[in-house]
Amino acid sequence: MTNRIFAVAALVLLGTIATVTASGRGGWTSAQLDELRSMSLAELESLPRDPTNRVADDPRAADLGRRLFFDTRLSSNGRVACSTCHQVDRGFQDGIALANGVGTTAKRTMPIAGMARSPFLFWDGRKDSLWAQALGPLESPVEHGGTRAQYAHVVVDSYAREYEQIFGALPDLSRVPRSAGPVMDREAASAWSALNSAQRDDVTRVFVNIGKTIAAYERRIEFGPSRFDKYVDAMTSGQPGPSILSDDEIAGLRLFIGRANCTQCHSGPLLTSNEFHNTGVPPRPQLSVDHGRLTGATSVLSDEFNCRSQWSDKRQRCCELEFMVTGDHTLDRAYKVPSLRNVAERAPYMDAGQFATLAEVLDHYNRAPAAATGHTELRPLRLKPVELRQLEAFLRTLSGRIIEGGAVSRTKTQ
Amino acid sequence: MRDTQRIEKSMIRRTVLTLATLTVAIGMTACSHAIMMLHGTGAKRPAASEFGLGPRSSAQGRYMAKLEPAKPLRPRQMQTVRVTVRDVEGRAIDEAQISVDGGMPQHGHGLPTRPRVTQNLGDGVYEIEGVRFNMGGWWEFKLAIAGSRGADTITFNLDL
Repeated sequence: MTNRIFAVAALVLLGTIATVTASGRGGWTSAQLDELRSMSLAELESLPRDPTNRVADDPRAADLGRRLFFDTRLSSNGRVACSTCHQVDRGFQDGIALANGVGTTAKRTMPIAGMARSPFLFWDGRKDSLWAQALGPLESPVEHGGTRAQYAHVVVDSYAREYEQIFGALPDLSRVPRSAGPVMDREAASAWSALNSAQRDDVTRVFVNIGKTIAAYERRIEFGPSRFDKYVDAMTSGQPGPSILSDDEIAGLRLFIGRANCTQCHSGPLLTSNEFHNTGVPPRPQLSVDHGRLTGATSVLSDEFNCRSQWSDKRQRCCELEFMVTGDHTLDRAYKVPSLRNVAERAPYMDAGQFATLAEVLDHYNRAPAAATGHTELRPLRLKPVELRQLEAFLRTLSGRIIEGGAVSRTKTQ
Repeated sequence: MRDTQRIEKSMIRRTVLTLATLTVAIGMTACSHAIMMLHGTGAKRPAASEFGLGPRSSAQGRYMAKLEPAKPLRPRQMQTVRVTVRDVEGRAIDEAQISVDGGMPQHGHGLPTRPRVTQNLGDGVYEIEGVRFNMGGWWEFKLAIAGSRGADTITFNLDL
């Protein structure tokens, strides 16, 4: 009798242990493996179409856009191009806290890879397409500093053939001054006011098409696979390779999907939800107060170049704008969740480069201090120093090559 | 004889106790991931039977509703969902006012968009557009229904 009870007990116990351990590979449960798979680059969906830009997938547009991206004539001083801040050999960013164009901006340069998959652009999401985003810096007094008439003339003078192959005949701009546009510069602004509406539309159409070709180039810039992806592929294929990640990196990954709550925002193959959150990052004292998404959401609704504008090629509804959250207090000083891919390659961090290192970022998330404005969504994580180091080690496994239009660029990564 | 029986009974008790303890311990290890997810808000994930697209009864039992997504629900995609509203006798509820809310109870955040009913398709069917779930996991999708049977709410638990 007694022996039988023990035999049954032992069997039940062994069965339970076997069920639990067999449910995972590399110590992961099947639920955890599902989560890891959802973060793998292999799960990235094909690039979504951009109905607002009819030349988005035209290789001729991408080619012209690439040339314009590097052209310093698209600036007031002849020294600034998109590539001045979005430096190819640095993963399309500049490695400094506040970007420098013709002046110093109030924001950290954002990377370009994967951005075509984001419904809203800029830290505050004040633009709703890559082409509308590209037009912002061109007219900013501290970035490119020039005017749309100036840029339209550059196209007429230097890219007429390429432009006309894509968009048809260029307008006659012989009566349009070399510099004019709705910008802060008084002379350029008054020259703009002096134009009739047909002339303004002619200039703006060329300006918009500059943005659309740059977007056609930018949307083909994507993240390439990292060591993390290799690890997940090995784990989920059931053929765990020899130590793709170190014990510390794996411990960091466990924290990432577990107690550190990282996947609350950094989820999916690009490790971003593309949403906006206030994480209590302190503003830079010397900069004027900015309210992040709270104002960004309002701005995009009235943006001259948004999905609903006359310059958009969209002929149907603009669902992102139609169902967007606006005016909510949670948007105050909420900023865009960046992709964590290649994060170790692009210090300093946050919307104004407030943190110099990954360790500083993790320390901030661990302590979760109150927000200067609005309310932080963070709660203290209470992770030990060794756990923070493991998380950082994991974040460093997310680096890979940047891929341009299917080809690997000269990005300096591991 | 009695002594032997007593010993056997006490052994059975001890074995059962040991087994129970071990099962709980193993169970806790296996569920540690789920426990980790319970940070801060303390919201507990409902039983598996509480999940799904319905039909599901409203809080006060005035309505039954079921959801039909146009495409399978996936994280980070803008989705369209049809909801069919009936009374408990199965009669279609037309002309109802329906508002949409929701969020992730374990994370303390709401929906990332403002979805709403954009069409009343008749026969108790309404089209909700602008639905997005920005990550995987347990989401609540709540409908406040004001129709001919009165006002009531219905909460769907969805696993993305």
